[in-house]
Amino acid sequence: MNAVQPQTAAPSGTALRMQGISKRFGPVQALCDVSFAARAGTVHALVGENGAGKSTLMKILAGVYQPDAGSVEIQGRPQTLANPAQAIEAGVSMIYQELDLAEQLTVAENIFLGAEPQGPLPWTVSHHQMAIQTRDLARQYDFDLDPATRVEDLSTGDCQIVEILKALRRNASIIVMDEPTSSLSERETVRLFEVVRQLREKGLAIIYISHRLEEIIELADEVSVLRDGQLVHSEPMAQLDIPQIVHHMVGRELNDYFPARSVEVGPTLVEVSDLSSEAGIDNVGFDVRRGEIVGMAGLVGAGRTEVARAIFGVDKKTSGRVILNGRELNIDSPSDAIASGIALLTEDRKRTGLCLELPCSYNITLPNLEQIGMGSLIKPTQEVRIAKEAGERIAVKWANPEAPTDSLSGGNQQKLLVARWLLANSTFMIFDEPTRGIDVGAKAEVYGLLNTLAQQGKAILFISSELPELFGVADRILVMRRGKLVGNLVTKETTPEQVMHLAAVEEN
Amino acid sequence: MSKFIRQLLPFATLTLLIAALSALEPDTFLTAENFLNVLSRSSVNGIIAMGMTAVIISGGIDLSVGSMMALAGMVGAGVMLKVGGPDAGGAAMVVGTGVGIGTGLLCGLLNGALITKLKLPPFIVTLGTMSAFRGTSYIINNSKMYDVPTYTFLGQANVLGVPVSVLILALVVLAGFFVLRYTPLGRYTYAIGSNREAAFHAGVNVDRNLIAIYGMTGLFVGLASMIQMSRTISAQPTAGISLELDIIAAVVIGGASLSGGRGTVIGTIVGTLLISFLRNGCTLLGISTNIQLVVIGAIIIGAVALDQLARSKAEAT
Repeated sequence: MNAVQPQTAAPSGTALRMQGISKRFGPVQALCDVSFAARAGTVHALVGENGAGKSTLMKILAGVYQPDAGSVEIQGRPQTLANPAQAIEAGVSMIYQELDLAEQLTVAENIFLGAEPQGPLPWTVSHHQMAIQTRDLARQYDFDLDPATRVEDLSTGDCQIVEILKALRRNASIIVMDEPTSSLSERETVRLFEVVRQLREKGLAIIYISHRLEEIIELADEVSVLRDGQLVHSEPMAQLDIPQIVHHMVGRELNDYFPARSVEVGPTLVEVSDLSSEAGIDNVGFDVRRGEIVGMAGLVGAGRTEVARAIFGVDKKTSGRVILNGRELNIDSPSDAIASGIALLTEDRKRTGLCLELPCSYNITLPNLEQIGMGSLIKPTQEVRIAKEAGERIAVKWANPEAPTDSLSGGNQQKLLVARWLLANSTFMIFDEPTRGIDVGAKAEVYGLLNTLAQQGKAILFISSELPELFGVADRILVMRRGKLVGNLVTKETTPEQVMHLAAVEEN
Repeated sequence: MSKFIRQLLPFATLTLLIAALSALEPDTFLTAENFLNVLSRSSVNGIIAMGMTAVIISGGIDLSVGSMMALAGMVGAGVMLKVGGPDAGGAAMVVGTGVGIGTGLLCGLLNGALITKLKLPPFIVTLGTMSAFRGTSYIINNSKMYDVPTYTFLGQANVLGVPVSVLILALVVLAGFFVLRYTPLGRYTYAIGSNREAAFHAGVNVDRNLIAIYGMTGLFVGLASMIQMSRTISAQPTAGISLELDIIAAVVIGGASLSGGRGTVIGTIVGTLLISFLRNGCTLLGISTNIQLVVIGAIIIGAVALDQLARSKAEAT
């Protein structure tokens, strides 16, 4: 891909001005005094690490969240965006990563959803009118779409076009695209870029969120960087390059809440080679030694979770070997993996981790009934005692072990899962985004815990989207990109910039 | 605390109902004979409801239990008569009973296998087998019933003054309680119903456990079918039509959640008895069966509505 110079296009009035926006969720300050402006006829890239506040800012713009402080002006007029309908009315259209279409309806029906042209009789819809107007709209942008096709029969790229047409039908002046290329093919991406450029020509303001920095170089006129809920930098793309953007993204000092690493790294415990799976990872190989914490970095969708799932027997492997303690494992299901001494703390504790309405103790003992001698008969009193001890070892805060799991805070729920795998006494522990959605204090505890586990001679694979914590905790950092392992770096000898570069920039 | 009150609710309703009926009809209602009669009439539903409780806790449903009951009866009675002739003796009865119960077990395992191996929703699978089992039970004897005049023990005999069917019900309730509370199968049933993905990621063999749960339900249906057959000394291909709805109602009144993860054996048995006593009381008071249906309907909706209310209150605090 060659970098096209951004054209300073069309009339450049300010389409959007967000001023002094702050937003707090419980203990977490998601946004702090953010001021952000986008001009009409430009593509404005919004970048930042996961959790930097991009989606919160955009959800405020979309009327989904209300800011605690700050104001929004659209086309120079102050707006109160109390709900999504008002945001749409004001000319803001969002195109989310997970597309927002009614799959069983046709292209035309989706585009006119909620604003159907009336037919000859009251309470009827004119499909004829809808088809004509859809076709007109599509023609303006050289799209070839049959208005009568059902959305479920379209490719992801075409669905995105439908979303864009829907936005245009609503006379949007600001279109926000959140990771629009994450599930597109190469060709569809090229076409999307064409469309984005056309929209820019027509004077729309495009706010473009992407982790793929090479796309931003190609497309953006301006770049704003969010970090830890603050807007740290905003500059025309022409004056920036990738290393500078990366620097602004990761530029925070490594906080001292990372524990001192003083573990003797032992012999190799885990060897993974040629690992491929149906979920799209491709010949991944690495090893982890006793007492070692190996980090894994990569963008969303790079295949990090899929590596964990393939090892743990969730996804079907198409090739590859996993050797633990010199013994080759034959794992077809999580129960095989657990029996072999592997633990996986999944990234989504609500969906794949915990049974929320059951007692905490149940969640701790669930994979361990055999382990604690209750493989054929459960002794409830003894079980609660064991769960209590396991929880107390890592200071889980609960009313009692029999309290329902959903009565615990996010950080404590995470600790329940850690307690579970501690009880399982696994030798190889995979932590997939263990600090997601928990506050800073709880994060520090998780880091300490990883360290303690390493000291006990376990091998740890630590998947994270936050570079500072990888650099703060891991001995080595593996980098994934598009299903492949593209880097295996010793933490002390690398930089966040290098890791980000490997993760985000396509080599040609 | 409020969870405790919630679990107490069906219990309190049952107590209230019994108290009210005792006051209204002290002579006919409040007698040991009447109580044993009600329990005995509850036995078939109560036994099947134990299996349904596990199924519903696992997040599933079994619509085929009524048809399965008819099929197990027809197969069991058919074999009994084949072995022992019209006046089948003890040995033939034992064989027939075994075959009948075994038929239930096989039907249940079939449900479980279809649900897990074809990855189909339990509602669809058991809707299908509901029809298939019913059809098969008609085919077996050309839509005619079987008479088994000598088969009286399970449904009509007493031991120490207590009906055998009530004793069996008590045993099954104990078994259900034990399985759900003290065995890994029971624990995994709750886990699968609460969050199937999480259970799988925790190493639970989801398929094997679901097959066991549906198999167990089939076993209980087979057993209930033998009691039903003995009560009427006949096996009828029309037995248990719409029985599944009564059973599901009892389980739901007992506090189980149709979305899974929640339910208890005690709750279910209370729900079953609530319906039985209500029927009994209405009959004693001379209230028509048509009105009984309306009242039971109201109780189902009321019980779940109250439960939801208690739940949202609990969440608000």
